Amino acid sequence: MDMARLAAEHGLERVGGRPSLPEYVKQLLNRSDFTYTLAKYRMQSENERNRLGMLWVLLRPGFSALIYGTVFGYIMKGASARPDDFAPFVIIGVFVLEFFNTSMNGGAKSIISNASLVQSLPFPRIVLPIAKVFQNLLDFIPTFIFMALLVILFGARPGWDWFLFIPLVFLFWVFNQGVAFIFARATVHFRDLSQVTPFISRMIFYTSGVFFDLKVMIDKINPALQPFADWQPINNVLSIARGILMKDGVVPYDYFWHLAIWAFGIFIIGFVFFWQAEERFGRDE
Amino acid sequence: MSDENSFDTGSLPEVTRNNPPVVVCDNVHVRYKTLATGKKLKLGSKDVMTRKRELREVHALKGISFVAHKNESIGIIGSNGSGKSTLMRSITGLTPTSEGAIYATSRPNLLGVGAALIPDLSGARNIVLGSLALGLTHDEIDAKFNDIVEFTGLEDFIDLPMRTYSSGMSQRLKFAIATSVQHEILIVDEALNVGDKKFRDRSEGRIRAIRENAGTVFLVSHSMRTIKDTCNRALWIEKGELIADGPALEVIRKYQAFTKAEKAKETEEEPG
Repeated sequence: MDMARLAAEHGLERVGGRPSLPEYVKQLLNRSDFTYTLAKYRMQSENERNRLGMLWVLLRPGFSALIYGTVFGYIMKGASARPDDFAPFVIIGVFVLEFFNTSMNGGAKSIISNASLVQSLPFPRIVLPIAKVFQNLLDFIPTFIFMALLVILFGARPGWDWFLFIPLVFLFWVFNQGVAFIFARATVHFRDLSQVTPFISRMIFYTSGVFFDLKVMIDKINPALQPFADWQPINNVLSIARGILMKDGVVPYDYFWHLAIWAFGIFIIGFVFFWQAEERFGRDE
Repeated sequence: MSDENSFDTGSLPEVTRNNPPVVVCDNVHVRYKTLATGKKLKLGSKDVMTRKRELREVHALKGISFVAHKNESIGIIGSNGSGKSTLMRSITGLTPTSEGAIYATSRPNLLGVGAALIPDLSGARNIVLGSLALGLTHDEIDAKFNDIVEFTGLEDFIDLPMRTYSSGMSQRLKFAIATSVQHEILIVDEALNVGDKKFRDRSEGRIRAIRENAGTVFLVSHSMRTIKDTCNRALWIEKGELIADGPALEVIRKYQAFTKAEKAKETEEEPG
């Protein structure tokens, strides 16, 4: 009598297989409590170790904004494409980009730095990048309030259009999550990639219009490249945020649907891409 | 039923033979390919600088077959490097089989929750986090929380960060969390050798309770006493092959005879 038949007769399943996509989504939803608690506790423990605790969530981007503000606002004064209201411009750029950067880098490490967890407990692995990006979102909310206060200091006045931040942050979160999925799996295949992600985020930092207006800059290089600025997802986010927050800002409503296409596209691609390697996570290659 | 048990020599007759199978290992082979470096250097040899990297194949498991039934607790014994842990890792699906297949009713769990815990958080919070990681819901955790704390015996320290615990204390916490869940198939790899005598007795009791509650336990241990006390069946693996499979006492006796013979051989070979 052969054993495969015995196994089939008693409804045993082959170990090490991957669940179907709908089954996988179901498993993930069953673990939402775990995902949420993991994100919350990790955020607390990471910040509680430092003496200033949660304050570092604000201080980190604050320092970056200070550095870039000084360098590009005063030292390199007169450098081209410097927009008006430079201080709030840079503050919004740096603070908002921080959420993307931490998500990409955190996502890249979410599986490889949790190898022992992945090897000891069964749960849908996608919990890890989701918890990581959610943790970054929790970090982002106080940052965001701090950013709003700073911008008010520079003359912005809150209005009804500030509610546009709710869909903006949501879309940005979905987009970052998709990017995190892709990097989470990619670093499992090419571990060296986690060494490269800091350079990728720096590249994005310098090409997304954090401290210059991407549209103005591209106009100077070659106006035909304008669609690049209109469809660059980070530039979409930054432009909408500046449109809402800055004194004479105009919200580019078009960018909302550009960003929505990006966000859901990347999220779905990333989710499927991650799921396809589910059974490989934790294995020693 | 008689037919399907023809190759199944291990189970104790009445208790488990009539129980349904939960894990089936069908001719499992595991081969690793690793780059072998660090060749022996001969004095004066010219290839000191040329690095020869050779692909070496390690055949860790060579065709293991057995059927584990519901309610069995199976001890895995064998010398160091015999493939015990590789077999356990294949059963959990973490090490892919090169040949053959493993079937199971549910995904077998390794007894280990340590990786989910966060040292900076208090023992109490870690109980919540660890239990969630094992798949409990918040309500179930609320119901079990006091039991877990009581089992660890850490009532006075439960609000302190886990990093302040001694290694014995944190082992106790991890064991208490990990065994608070009813596992269908549980794999314990040398976990019982921690803690003081009192805790060891209690943990053996827990393993037995898991078994009695219709679970199946695999226990990898070098302590024959532990295997004798907790297992009703044993598998003896040597150099990747299954040497014996049967009631724990019998297999242990064979294994001990073998190790004694090996020792005698060694002392013969090294005179003086």
